[in-house]
Amino acid sequence: MSLALTIAVDGLTYASWLFIVALGLTLVFGVLKILNVAHGSFYALGAYAAASLVAWAAALKLAPAWSIVALLLAAVVVAAIVAPLVERGLLRFFYGRDEVLLVLVTYALFLVLEDVTKLVWGTSPYYVSAPYALFGNVEVGTQVWVGYDFLLVAVAIVVGLLVWWGLNRTRQGKIVLAVIHSAEVAASMGVNVSRVYMLAFSVGIFLAALGGAFTAPMISVVPGVSVGVIVVSFAVVIIGGLGSIGGAAIGALIVGLARSLAVHLAPVAELFSIYIVMAAVLVVRPEGLFQQTQARKI
Amino acid sequence: MDAALTTPAVTRAPATGRRRALTGAALALAVIALLALGAVLPKWLQFLVTMAASHGLVSLGIVLMMRGGVVSFGQGLVFAAGAYAAALAYTRLGITDALGLAAIGAAAATLVAAPFAPLLARYRGIFFAMLTLALSMVAYGVLVKTEALGGSDGFNMGRATIFGTRIDDAWVGWVLYAVTIGVSALLALLARFAFDSTRGLVTLATRDNELRVEYLGGSVRRTMAYNFLLAAAAGGAGGALTVMALGHVDPNFSYWTTSGEFVFVAILAGWQSVLAVFVASTVLEIVRSFSNLYFPNTWQLALGLFLLFVIRFLPRGIGSLWIERSGTRRGAGRR
Repeated sequence: MSLALTIAVDGLTYASWLFIVALGLTLVFGVLKILNVAHGSFYALGAYAAASLVAWAAALKLAPAWSIVALLLAAVVVAAIVAPLVERGLLRFFYGRDEVLLVLVTYALFLVLEDVTKLVWGTSPYYVSAPYALFGNVEVGTQVWVGYDFLLVAVAIVVGLLVWWGLNRTRQGKIVLAVIHSAEVAASMGVNVSRVYMLAFSVGIFLAALGGAFTAPMISVVPGVSVGVIVVSFAVVIIGGLGSIGGAAIGALIVGLARSLAVHLAPVAELFSIYIVMAAVLVVRPEGLFQQTQARKI
Repeated sequence: MDAALTTPAVTRAPATGRRRALTGAALALAVIALLALGAVLPKWLQFLVTMAASHGLVSLGIVLMMRGGVVSFGQGLVFAAGAYAAALAYTRLGITDALGLAAIGAAAATLVAAPFAPLLARYRGIFFAMLTLALSMVAYGVLVKTEALGGSDGFNMGRATIFGTRIDDAWVGWVLYAVTIGVSALLALLARFAFDSTRGLVTLATRDNELRVEYLGGSVRRTMAYNFLLAAAAGGAGGALTVMALGHVDPNFSYWTTSGEFVFVAILAGWQSVLAVFVASTVLEIVRSFSNLYFPNTWQLALGLFLLFVIRFLPRGIGSLWIERSGTRRGAGRR
């Protein structure tokens, strides 16, 4: 029983940050039709920025509670500075090209950002412990969990609801949906499509950086954190169906639980449990769980 | 079922007869020239060309699939399969012949790929890319966790022999270079035949419009599965040749960034020319070793910028530099 609880909580925590990151990935794909390999690099940027800002807050002798604000701020900074730069300076030259080619473009961007991150922050690891200590431990029955894990779950839920609300209940969101449906028609109706692209990309990058910033306290921030994130969040959005918020949530839960099950019951399978689940889903539902099958065009 | 496309009215691309003879002659000359050149090249350059050719074989497989409109991001799988098979055949079975090991690598990779071929043939675009990626990462996970195969450290293999004789210390680099060049040239020639074969032309037609091919009586899935297997054989041979020259194999052979480099070369080469694949592979190896030497911390940056430059300004790859725009088939209206 306690093992089942452990698996469930571990899976949920893992699923939470995964959902935040994958939501950004699926949003960018939904609007810009770009499967962003560099998404993990923005995650890493968020984590590094968080490390710097939290250290900065500590140097200013701010109360430890400010470290949470620093985490949020880190994600905002990355989204506000790097995302428009990348979208305007690079991606817009490739819109409308083949999807697979765009994967390559973002792969190149990933290579570039990897080294830029190393140039800025060096290769030695960073530790962000202040926010982690802030929430203490939570006892459930005989077991003890770190309170911070539950904060992460809460953040994921809030973020998911906000994005859903923003897309479906606001004017700007409806415009985004119109662009997803048909950029051409939206443009002819007077929508500034390139502004929508920039907005959607920035929000997507914000989510990646947010995921990075909020996981930074749980890991050591080292070069290479981006690599693992990319493939796992790919798996999540592929399982759920590209461009679907609900899909990203279910995908994250499935992947989180699969990994947690593997870690606790069959450690040998930890590295590839995720990919087996992904392959299994693709075999049964080639377009993912929440994607409608598209008609083939002649 | 696909009778219409197994015996077509036009069995070859126009003027292939003469072009084929010319290509064959040029290839033979190039191989002789390369072998002679290899003997005088400095050791590091000899090794660089060996790596370029053996890695180029994997990218050649990707180009073969790219002609049908799909790109595999998991060719690390067959690369690793070939490499591990060759290294295991050497250490466990005592098979030491370089050519034999290359053949074993190709056969093993084809066997590994065979169960997945019919499955993958159903997928296109990023789904194909992601599914192949997942397969290669499963292989990576399995290899890392398999202690019998050395786990994440991998294991070493000794020096290969050639035609039953031990290779002399002074010549080992050149012999492996020659074997790699020879096998690569042979497979390049076969790839050219495959490109110009009926199935190769059906592959090109699939890239343009899949449904049209089906209506004309061709089987797109069979073509895709077949191409995947050919690509696996080439990739396996590439893996075997690589491990012979390196003397070491580890799970990174199947890691996704390795696969990414193979795709990089394939995109750099474009899908029109076989020669371009090996040129692109050599370019990558040169960029890699020089960047490693002169700016070790930013070589990925250089590689990334280079790739962006190619995609932006040479969208059909470096092959398009010497292959003329082929008439109206790929008219200006497309994309």
